[in-house]
Amino acid sequence: MKLKLKIWRQKNKDAKGQFENYTIEANSHMSFLEMLDVLNEELIAKKEEPVAFEHDCREGICGTCSMVIDGQPHGPWEGTTTCQLHMRHYKDGDTIVVEPFRAKAFPVIKDLVVDRSAFDRIIEAGGFISVNTGQAQDANAIPIERDVALAAFDAATCIGCGACVAACPNASAMLFTSAKVSHLAMLPQGEVEAKQRVLNMVKQMDREGFGRCSNITACEAECPKGISIENIARMNREYLSASIGSDKSM
Amino acid sequence: MKTNSKIPPGALAEKWTQYRGTMNLVAPNNKRRIDIIVVGTGLAGASAAATLGELGYNVKAFTFHDSPRRAHSIAAQGGINAAKNYQNDGDSVYRLFYDTIKGGDYRSREANVHRLAEVSVNIIDQAVAQGVPFAREYGGLLENRSFGGVQVSRTFYARGQTGQQLLLGAYQALARQIATGSVQMYNRHEMLDVVLVDGKARGIIARNLLTGELERHSAHCVVLATGGYGNVFYLSTNAMMCNVTAAWRTVRRGALMANPCFTQIHPTCIPVSGDYQSKLTLMSESLRNDGRVWVPKKLEDAKAIREGRKTALDIAEEDRDYYLERRYPAFGNLVPRDVASRAAKIVCDEGFGVNQSGLAVYMDFTSAIERYGKSEAHLKGLHDPDAATIRELGEKVIEAKYGNLFEMYEKITGQNPYKYPMMIYPAIHYTMGGIWVDYNLETNIPGLFALGECNFSDHGANRLGASALMQGLADGYFVIPYTIGQFLSGEIRTPKIDPTTAAFAEAEQNVRDRIEQLLSIKGNQSVESFHRRLGHIMWDYCGMSRSADGLQKARQMIRELREEFYKDLFVPGDNDEYNPELEKALRVADFLEMGELMIVDAFNRNESCGGHFREEYQTEDGEALRNDEEYTYVAAWEWQDLAKDPVLHKEELVFENVELKTRSYK
Ligand SMILES: Cc1cc2nc3c(=O)[nH]c(=O)nc-3n(C[C@H](O)[C@H](O)[C@H](O)COP(=O)(O)OP(=O)(O)OC[C@H]3O[C@@H](n4cnc5c(N)ncnc54)[C@H](O)[C@@H]3O)c2cc1C
Ligand code: SF4
Ligand code: FES
Repeated sequence: MKLKLKIWRQKNKDAKGQFENYTIEANSHMSFLEMLDVLNEELIAKKEEPVAFEHDCREGICGTCSMVIDGQPHGPWEGTTTCQLHMRHYKDGDTIVVEPFRAKAFPVIKDLVVDRSAFDRIIEAGGFISVNTGQAQDANAIPIERDVALAAFDAATCIGCGACVAACPNASAMLFTSAKVSHLAMLPQGEVEAKQRVLNMVKQMDREGFGRCSNITACEAECPKGISIENIARMNREYLSASIGSDKSM
Repeated sequence: MKTNSKIPPGALAEKWTQYRGTMNLVAPNNKRRIDIIVVGTGLAGASAAATLGELGYNVKAFTFHDSPRRAHSIAAQGGINAAKNYQNDGDSVYRLFYDTIKGGDYRSREANVHRLAEVSVNIIDQAVAQGVPFAREYGGLLENRSFGGVQVSRTFYARGQTGQQLLLGAYQALARQIATGSVQMYNRHEMLDVVLVDGKARGIIARNLLTGELERHSAHCVVLATGGYGNVFYLSTNAMMCNVTAAWRTVRRGALMANPCFTQIHPTCIPVSGDYQSKLTLMSESLRNDGRVWVPKKLEDAKAIREGRKTALDIAEEDRDYYLERRYPAFGNLVPRDVASRAAKIVCDEGFGVNQSGLAVYMDFTSAIERYGKSEAHLKGLHDPDAATIRELGEKVIEAKYGNLFEMYEKITGQNPYKYPMMIYPAIHYTMGGIWVDYNLETNIPGLFALGECNFSDHGANRLGASALMQGLADGYFVIPYTIGQFLSGEIRTPKIDPTTAAFAEAEQNVRDRIEQLLSIKGNQSVESFHRRLGHIMWDYCGMSRSADGLQKARQMIRELREEFYKDLFVPGDNDEYNPELEKALRVADFLEMGELMIVDAFNRNESCGGHFREEYQTEDGEALRNDEEYTYVAAWEWQDLAKDPVLHKEELVFENVELKTRSYK
């Protein structure tokens, strides 16, 4: 199939970017990223600069691939990352628009590559349980209800890709942050520090320049891992009860 | 002697405890004055950096990823082993030790493997305390499953995302140390050389991948946790950026590379679909519990399938060859990875392959669907259910067990595996070989340590499923924090290492020259095209089966390819910018040297063992033939220069606690 691609090109973070047009002969067995690989090989053969994009595992788990495809982070297919998107969902003659995740807190590095290190700093602010190596008791000492463990797991499957931010008109990082807050707060091991954790993580989130949440829920719709906005509600509750009892932080 | 394993004295089961109790320690006030560089933040590196930071050392951690959370460890699916014996099914530290030694085809060190089995239990405790949400039973206790053909249930798992959850645990522990300032994190930094000062590892040269700037970082010692080199084959189940550069650069400075030819091929991966492909996807081993592997019995049927004139469903039961069940009646579809992979290659080489390229076999769930369907019907009190009902009930059971894998398969191939059997083929998955280390995980270069998949230490010639995660975390959380003290206790009076000395300048210049050289070739072929060609050579001659003739030929081919690379490579862009093509070029340049060493090693080892199958050394019915008389050793290679042959150092393996036996799955 012959496709038209409109791809965002931007030399570096300070350069002004623009869309460039390309045409490519793809086949339906390819993945979307393999199609971009082919494009890049063609560009290199013409001694032109390939399109920079990030990727690593190519199976939907590392969270490295990003990009907005036809207006949707990770493309049109529900519950998938860009690397899991396949060309059989396109047909001959289609035009596809590809651009980077856009958010103030995710500055563009080059072309489709953005800097998502703000997420690391949110985790550093409190997204952990304070236990040193060797301090742990026997793993079966505290039984955890299966449903609780499953719910914590669901929140813990966030891959840190940032699609939620890219999807949100306010570029809010609430879904990402709340997933970590929930994962840890639901478990008995994480409960102890829950209050301080939520205060510190939210504070860092604001500091990074992410926007406010106004319940648009686009984040949930675009999240490749199905992280639920219930996590945001839980974080809001945690936050409220923590701020009432706290004179620290804030 | 370069390969002194430094195994401590004492009975096997007491070595580690005794050794730990008598080791040299570094006092807290001295720890604050000591700098440690950790390269790599996968399971091994993140757990090491976090723990060393907690202990009070000044740690600098490096990854070429944009965040430690993206390391290749994130992709591990199946689980992690530990000798907890929570299921009360007869597991023990000794049994895990024994299974690992035997599974490795008796080519690993007893003392290291026993220590691994001992600390395995602490890993699970630590992970749970960090909030890793392992699968649990209704009573709230941890659940286990059996994995990789062992007879006990010792595998802990978090759905199909065990690696992700364990890595997030380690990453969060690391984040906590970054926040306290005990670890300084350098994301998007790639180590391109190690710096030796008076023979000791004292620093690295790293390239800032955003700016291209070369940075000198100094420390009292250097810990590598940089993962495996499976991508030397181009196509593998490894993440795209996995590479050998960090390890190879230390080899170029005198570290020994051990057993590089020991690579693992996983039997159940989605087959290659076209030449644009750059990555293969693993289908979990657990599928072989219910999937029956077959190819058509008749060559004309296989041909008709390849040409699209027939499908699997057109082949009558009696015309199918369930070749694993035929060849290995005792283990059937559950034979270990190396055996299953080779059997698939043999039938495909004979012309029975079932996809367009002829390199695929079927994995069929029909029998399981029927079996489960019937038993479900029985449970529901349905008498004489029709075939459609049985199928429907059976499919539900399969969906509950493997739903996410079936979905993943369908996403990639566009075929419904409930209706048509899956197509699978073996692919490169893991590298048992790696940098040579002693019992302290220290290389032959003082002050240089290697952890996780990048060392060679625990898996011999074949790794068991769910044991790589265990090893990475054992090394990082529970071994290196102790053993590093053996070296550092002698360094407490060493002042901060000065990065302005000649050794640093020389190493930096060396990196600069390499980059300059690659950028200045300005030829016509892309990095990718060279990497792909290297992969073909490695796969054809140093993959699932190897022969002296083939290996000799391959060595010549690689040398020619390397020459062509330095004549006709084209790398777009410059050094002083974000330039993924340049990153790849540096990595492929090193793969082109590592590949040759793997071939030399495979040629040297005149036996078949584990993942290393030499065609000349097989039994009459095609099984691997080990040679314990001559090859019960670790082959540790010292690199000379490209014109000379590498030098072999042998570390003889001594087995005092287990008897060497032939593995048989008949
Ligand atoms: C698909 C798949 C499934 C698997 N499933 C399982 C399983 O179920 N159970 C199991 O036990 N094992 C499994 N394995 C194997 C296991 O995942 C790996 O062996 C293990 O995670 C390796 O961990 P590591 O910490 O040694 O290296 P990695 O996780 O590969 O980390 C390497 C780190 O080093 C960094 N690095 C490398 N070179 C440089 C450099 N030059 N400069 C700076 N940084 C560098 C990288 O950025 C990264 O942070 C699986 C493997 C694959 C491919
Ligand atoms: S919440 Fe979803 S979209 Fe946001 S970072 Fe996590 S996985 Fe990505
Ligand atoms: S490349 Fe890893 S999630 Fe897409």
